Amino acid sequence: MKILTGNDLPSGAVIWWAGDGWSRHVEDAVDVGEAGEATLTREEGARRVNSAYMIEAVATPEGPRPAHIKDRIRALGPTVRPDLTLKPADPDAGSWVI
Amino acid sequence: MYKYDLYDQAIIDARVDEFRDQVRRRIAGEITEDQFKPLRLKNGLYLQLHAYMLRVAIPYGTLSSRQLRMLARIARTYDRGYGHFTTRQNIQYHWIKLEQAPDILAELATVEMHAIQTSGESIRNISADHYAGAAADEIEDPRPWAELLRQATTFHPEFSYLPRKFKIAVTASPVDRAALRWHDFALRIVRDEARDTGFEVFAGGGMGRTPFLAYPIRAFLPAEQIFSYLQAVLRVWNRHARRDNIHKQRMKILVHELGEAEFTRQVEEEFGHVLKLGTDFPRVEYERISAHFAPPPFETGLSEDIDRSDPEFALWVDRQTVPHKAPGYAIVNVSLKKVGGIGGDVSAEQMDAVADVAEAFSFDELRVSHAQNLVLPHVRKQDLYMVWQALDAAGLADINLDLVTDIIACPGLDYCSLANARSIPVAQKIATRFADLDRQLDVGELKIKVSGCINACGHHHAGHIGILGVDRKGTENYQLLLGGSGAEDASPAKITGPGFDEDGIVDAVERAVERYRALRDPGERFLDTYRRVGFEPFKEAIYG
Ligand code: SF4
Repeated sequence: MKILTGNDLPSGAVIWWAGDGWSRHVEDAVDVGEAGEATLTREEGARRVNSAYMIEAVATPEGPRPAHIKDRIRALGPTVRPDLTLKPADPDAGSWVI
Repeated sequence: MYKYDLYDQAIIDARVDEFRDQVRRRIAGEITEDQFKPLRLKNGLYLQLHAYMLRVAIPYGTLSSRQLRMLARIARTYDRGYGHFTTRQNIQYHWIKLEQAPDILAELATVEMHAIQTSGESIRNISADHYAGAAADEIEDPRPWAELLRQATTFHPEFSYLPRKFKIAVTASPVDRAALRWHDFALRIVRDEARDTGFEVFAGGGMGRTPFLAYPIRAFLPAEQIFSYLQAVLRVWNRHARRDNIHKQRMKILVHELGEAEFTRQVEEEFGHVLKLGTDFPRVEYERISAHFAPPPFETGLSEDIDRSDPEFALWVDRQTVPHKAPGYAIVNVSLKKVGGIGGDVSAEQMDAVADVAEAFSFDELRVSHAQNLVLPHVRKQDLYMVWQALDAAGLADINLDLVTDIIACPGLDYCSLANARSIPVAQKIATRFADLDRQLDVGELKIKVSGCINACGHHHAGHIGILGVDRKGTENYQLLLGGSGAEDASPAKITGPGFDEDGIVDAVERAVERYRALRDPGERFLDTYRRVGFEPFKEAIYG
């Protein structure tokens, strides 16, 4: 599947395209199919996202898993600071990244 | 320490106002990211993996307690409670919000700090020996010259759009603690037979994709001609630089392509022209700046004795302190390399604690080393026990200066958008493997340096053992390098062979260390043994 990600313009937070807006959580990301480029152009133009791009991801029961480790680290936070990840209570969060 | 005059302060304040307006226009949609990006980079603001990242300049690595407390305040108020000291003596914050960046810069300006020229194609923060002004072996304090060059080059129109970044370092000791020969332009203060001060000048060094050591371009340059000489070097580079090819823009590539002799000839010719323009600073300006760096009022008649009855304290003194130029004083190295921790990271509480110690015991002065540690430059020996206790209470009394766990590591793929692989977990695993202090002391001086990509912010080319993270078909892989040095015996490290995964690289490092222990002659460091016996015995140990 193809999903969209970027950074929130004023805060810089990592965000994911959820179909009707942007979410902080990768599990909300939706498959954009062929509509990715058009969505990117529209959302960048409206300043709802900064430096957005399209990536490959794998659908899993827990939601999309980005194909590249860089985007998995973006999704969760630094692997060396489990206290700062988006899933601090999840003991498997770190292994999800790797 | 240098104190801003009215001009300095007005320039910095105006710059904050300008950036505030640029940020407002970007958020309001009046300018695009393509237009805004060069503007934010000129103020040290990057967009990294998790948020914006702000890199704050710490000129020649010198801080006052007040400034460190401000860095703590910024960590606490605008970031997530910590900062990361870098290999260029700066500090980075990795969780910055664009909308708050102007407020941060305004707060920094109140303590004479900024983020100007910490990014982009500019003359970057000028680095220096982190023992400057305190080292027993220095000829004089090199920081006034660094400050003079900082003032001469900041916002200078001729140096605002250089072909690429340009890094300068200054020292004044025969022992190189600033990785001089890995800089584009480096100065070592020397004296000629008449005892006049001058510089030994090096040019054309750098790490990154193509590592080159700077070569000695001038054995002796009269000190007061330094700005003319720097201009001549920059002009020759500017004239020929390959602005069309990002991999060939650094000055080291030009030096390599022209050849050292031809580069030197052109610089000397240009120097002849520039010198006549009379743009060097008058002596009185150097003296004005130099007065700010007058030594603190050291007491005389102090005892050299240290009560060593507490063995842990005695060991800390032996490993973490070095000789000071003033009798009765010592230089204290504060390790930011706790085993299992993140090298160079320091919490807001720890920054406040170190600032308190510096205020009480080190004439209010601190330094950041390029090895990502902190330094208390002027501590009375009779106060060392109290300093040790205060640092210990803040979790900062680790003993490992220049040992195998004192690892330099860049932020890597945990934070950096350019990274291929994570650096920090590798450093943590190696440090954990060698955590036993007796084993570390037995291994002795060993500098391990880890970079998460070819840009080499983790100085892997200069590591006795270097580690470079690469991307191998989407997975992290680590190359091992041996034999580098960033000291006065500088040399580029050599890649050993095929890379390893994360656990494999830790094992490979351990095999290299054990081979050294088996082969070493008495008194030899890892690097000495490697240089004596050569590459093959190590390669055989690593790959079998
Ligand atoms: S070496 Fe590469 S990964 Fe490490 S901080 Fe520099 S650019 Fe980022």
